[in-house]
Amino acid sequence: MSGRQPVLTMTAISKSFPGVRALDGVDFRMFPGEVHALMGENGAGKSTLIKVLTGVYSNDSGTIELAGAEVSFSGPMQAATHGVSTVYQEVNLCANLSVAENIFIGREPRTFGAIRWGEMRRRARDLLARLDIHIDVTQLLGTYSLAVQQMVAIARAIDIRARVLILDEPTSSLDAGEVEQLFRIMRQLRDEGIAILFVTHFLDQVYGMADRITVLRNGRLVGEYPTAELPQLALVEKMIGKDLDVLEGLDEQPKRELAAIEASTPFLRAEQLGRKGSVAPFTMTIHAGEVVGLAGLLGSGRTEVARLLFGADRADHGGVLINGKPSPLRNPVTAIGHDIAFCSENRRTEGLVGELTVRENIILAMQAARGWLRPIPRRRQDELVEKYISALSIRPANPEMPVRNLSGGNQQKVLLARWLITEPRLLILDEPTRGIDVGAKAEIQKLVVQLSDGGMAVLFISAELEEVLRLSHKIAVMRDRQLVTELANDDTVDAVRVMQTIASGTHHEGPNA
Amino acid sequence: MSTWTVRRAALTGHALFWPIVALVALVVANTIYRPGFLAVEMKDGHLYGSLVDILRLSAPLILVALGMTLVIATGGIDLSVGSMCAISGAVACLYISKQPDQNAVGGVLVSLVLGVGLALVLGAWNGALVAVIGIQPIIATLILMVAGRGLAQLITEGQIITINSDPYKAIGVGHLLTLPLSIFIAAAVTLLIMLVTRRTALGLIIESVGGNAEASRLAGIRSGRIMFLIYVISAGCAAIAGFMITANVSSADGNAAGQWIELDAILAVVIGGTSLAGGRFSLGGTILGALLIQTLTTTVYAMNISPQTSLLFKAIVVIIVCLIQAPAFRARIAPRRPAGPAAPAVADQPKEQVPA
Repeated sequence: MSGRQPVLTMTAISKSFPGVRALDGVDFRMFPGEVHALMGENGAGKSTLIKVLTGVYSNDSGTIELAGAEVSFSGPMQAATHGVSTVYQEVNLCANLSVAENIFIGREPRTFGAIRWGEMRRRARDLLARLDIHIDVTQLLGTYSLAVQQMVAIARAIDIRARVLILDEPTSSLDAGEVEQLFRIMRQLRDEGIAILFVTHFLDQVYGMADRITVLRNGRLVGEYPTAELPQLALVEKMIGKDLDVLEGLDEQPKRELAAIEASTPFLRAEQLGRKGSVAPFTMTIHAGEVVGLAGLLGSGRTEVARLLFGADRADHGGVLINGKPSPLRNPVTAIGHDIAFCSENRRTEGLVGELTVRENIILAMQAARGWLRPIPRRRQDELVEKYISALSIRPANPEMPVRNLSGGNQQKVLLARWLITEPRLLILDEPTRGIDVGAKAEIQKLVVQLSDGGMAVLFISAELEEVLRLSHKIAVMRDRQLVTELANDDTVDAVRVMQTIASGTHHEGPNA
Repeated sequence: MSTWTVRRAALTGHALFWPIVALVALVVANTIYRPGFLAVEMKDGHLYGSLVDILRLSAPLILVALGMTLVIATGGIDLSVGSMCAISGAVACLYISKQPDQNAVGGVLVSLVLGVGLALVLGAWNGALVAVIGIQPIIATLILMVAGRGLAQLITEGQIITINSDPYKAIGVGHLLTLPLSIFIAAAVTLLIMLVTRRTALGLIIESVGGNAEASRLAGIRSGRIMFLIYVISAGCAAIAGFMITANVSSADGNAAGQWIELDAILAVVIGGTSLAGGRFSLGGTILGALLIQTLTTTVYAMNISPQTSLLFKAIVVIIVCLIQAPAFRARIAPRRPAGPAAPAVADQPKEQVPA
């Protein structure tokens, strides 16, 4: 790259939000005609960096140079007119307008204020033809597939003479064929000299498309690497932020015995269960008293697996056997009827009802199962709630406090209590320890061990490998929306091995191999 | 001093503090303007007076607003209640008008069953549109708000049906134990709804669905069934209100009966402290809101404010009540209070979206 001038140089960018330093002195640069992947886990600062670049946020310090001139945009529209265009993860176009209108919205060709429709349609057609897309531009955008909508978004972005094109998770809702179509266009644009900033959670796509990779972690720059010089395992290490040596030095946790458990009939067996656009068909068994860990990077399909097993999303492939009997999980009600419980990772949006009290939130699932005509007697409610407030040490120990006033860790415990009083046989925990303090984290881990010792099956999802390794009898590894392998958590398994599996997707010996 | 401050904060912070203040202020203003306002006298074994009138006239609004409270608590809204009043009243009056003996209690009872029955069917239609098909409540109920008037006109054949039935008339203007019967009817329905929502888990489930629909679904609540039920209850309340409205004037007018009552009902719910976004609801607050609105209407008439400006007057009072109730507004004016005792310093901080 020597001798070429970067088209974009961001230097020492910092940005703080109340209580959070989202970006801390980050440098970032892009050269014309390259695809540059911006990588990092949740909260690493990728989105913030993009928003600072496009003027959604103003940076607290640092400079942005575009083609040698210092710039500071007031917003995405101004950034776009200077050649920095963004296509967001969620297609942010209007499905109820035509394709042509979507491409030119806000900058329609006009004569004395009247839109020149003919010219608009012609230019839209030409623009799409340049991307080798031939569709009727007068049709409503919503009538086309998500992939086409994504292309239209890109067409809109590059029409503004883009020099830098930002694609924020453009492939997350596309299938394999559509992804290939998108890549073809990305290569074409790259060859035309446009610098493409590519954000994705799919490692294969990074290695298939990106020329260079910049890794962020916790708001700091980890480094910038040519893709060819950064093996996948090293990339995963840099994103998660633990050197392998450190991980290998971790105290060996006592491994949990698997053989006795595996002998019994599985409580639940998912056979080729899958959902298009969400997670590829997978097979998984969970026995009573077994903790199955689900490992993988953000966006690898962990949560999607959990949602299918709870009926929160409906599977369109395969089926589920419970105690050996086929039991379709159509919705949460049927799953709960089979004694399955699910603590979502989004406590606030998918878990608790903020304005209801601790007591009301705890009894909610049990009450829902009984139906509204059979209220749980108040005395029984108080007994149950009191028992779990002290068992899980929920603080403050006030059952009548609105649950939104509790801290994250205590909210998590309330959500756990809601399901524990229903005495489930399978407890699905999606990131139960994220964003909570160390003490509460240890308590929840201890609880998981206790519950499984008592015969409960647990599906434990966590981004923290150590936690998964410590608690699980076996570990299912997710990668790019696929369950790649299942590892019995014996002495041969450690963080390195799991990380290698996440990074390479290699099938090790295991039930699914 | 400090406990007094705390108590005062608890009092003024209570959701119903300002509506009560407004109600009391209206009564005081009326009493000053017309010293006989508070007087209640006994005539022919019945109590008469402005306060009794207010209670009697607010009965239909209370009924409609109670149903509306439950609908709004689920995060919905029911615009069709006014038309529902007209339809149920029209059906009842039509049936009675066809009877040889309009004073027969049996015939009147059948007319009530018919009126309520049709309203429940229409409520089920609303419920099906919202809960089964998934149409936004405001649109789903707008259909019957508009079409329902047409239905009422169809039932009355565009005429005003006049009846001469003492038992039916009693629903609106009859007396029981010295007080108007309609007060007892409203009280009974209130009691019933309170029992059904608070003695069963229905209230909790409604608040849960309105507070967070997705979390409720994942907790295993069949929110569709609950919503369906709520729209049926709302229609039932409106039907009884429709009987009162038509019984008051012994005639059914498909156009005028219950006109705009849906807006007054929504207002009563909001004044009563139930959020339009759904969640926690307060039946007591709604009744207070309905009484406030009716007192206001009575005040406008009593003070001889011209009909042209009465709506404006009403609007101004309502705006003031709503503003005082709004936490954002109170937070803005609070610092200007001289020597105010330590106001809650921690204003609700906007939740920071921590970007990923």
